[in-house]
Amino acid sequence: MNAPDPTEFRRGARAVLPLIPAIAGFGLVVGVAAGNAGFSLAQAVGLSVFVFAGASQLATIELVDAGAPLAVVVLTAVVINLRMMMYSASIAGYFDDIAERWRAGMAYLLTDQAYALSISHYGDDPPSDPRGYYLGVALPLWIVWQITTVVGLLAGASIPEKWGVTFAVPLVFLALLVPAMKDRPSTLAAGVGGSVAALGAGLPLNLGLLLGAVLGVTAALTIGGGEA
Amino acid sequence: MNDLTLWGLVLAIGAATFLIRYSFIYLVGRTGDLPPRISHALAFVPPAVFAALVVPEFVSYDGVLHVAPDQLGAGIAAALVAWYTENMFATIAAGMLALWTLRFLV
Repeated sequence: MNAPDPTEFRRGARAVLPLIPAIAGFGLVVGVAAGNAGFSLAQAVGLSVFVFAGASQLATIELVDAGAPLAVVVLTAVVINLRMMMYSASIAGYFDDIAERWRAGMAYLLTDQAYALSISHYGDDPPSDPRGYYLGVALPLWIVWQITTVVGLLAGASIPEKWGVTFAVPLVFLALLVPAMKDRPSTLAAGVGGSVAALGAGLPLNLGLLLGAVLGVTAALTIGGGEA
Repeated sequence: MNDLTLWGLVLAIGAATFLIRYSFIYLVGRTGDLPPRISHALAFVPPAVFAALVVPEFVSYDGVLHVAPDQLGAGIAAALVAWYTENMFATIAAGMLALWTLRFLV
């Protein structure tokens, strides 16, 4: 299989652009936290490269700092990242003609943002080569994440919180959410998903998000008239 | 925690996270399409997940109700722009401008 479609790659890179300051801000926060918890530079880089998932990295750092048992740290990170199994299932159908080695690499790059932008871009009319757009979104996120977690650890600095740059992240999901609510069952999925996540905000392990996603889909299928 | 333990921890979490990400991408690549009932259900993952990522940023409950008025106002402005334009850039611009207006000027 040859190189990913460059036009689609550029399209993806343009789409992810507004998220870059937000991801950079988050990366700085994680880098600062890792430094404060006594991670060496190599360990912080290792965490960003091997895990590459912000919320679970932050939880890992905090739990290590608090001296939590190893099993608890691993389990916490796994539960926080469990939502990615839904992303994997949801996007898999677009990737099934792609060679194995590409799919493994693309799976490694799967994040909330890469999933959300790509699944909305593909819709009912996916490009002939879905790798281009996906990598155009995912690779810049990866690069910015690696750089900013290192800068955060080294500099210990961060962007003033009141500028609210991380607020761009929910705005992107909001921009994707509105067209995704295209009929009764999908609107119900969103209504239930959002309400459950808001009510479950105090639950540990980011469970509110996972529960919201599962119950939102269930509601669409059972009472939303979305059954097959 | 000593260095070796910490490295083991990082690798374990990294491996587990990769397996989660790869799970269905791997399976579907091997077996072909998912059963129709499953792929039909998966069509509702995007709206459910997007809403679950968005709503708690504006309103959340963890024993007490949290409402951030500036973020909620900015979210409503952004939602209206998203509704009328379905344009990502316009939505983000409207949301950030509304946030800064409410936070620094009002």
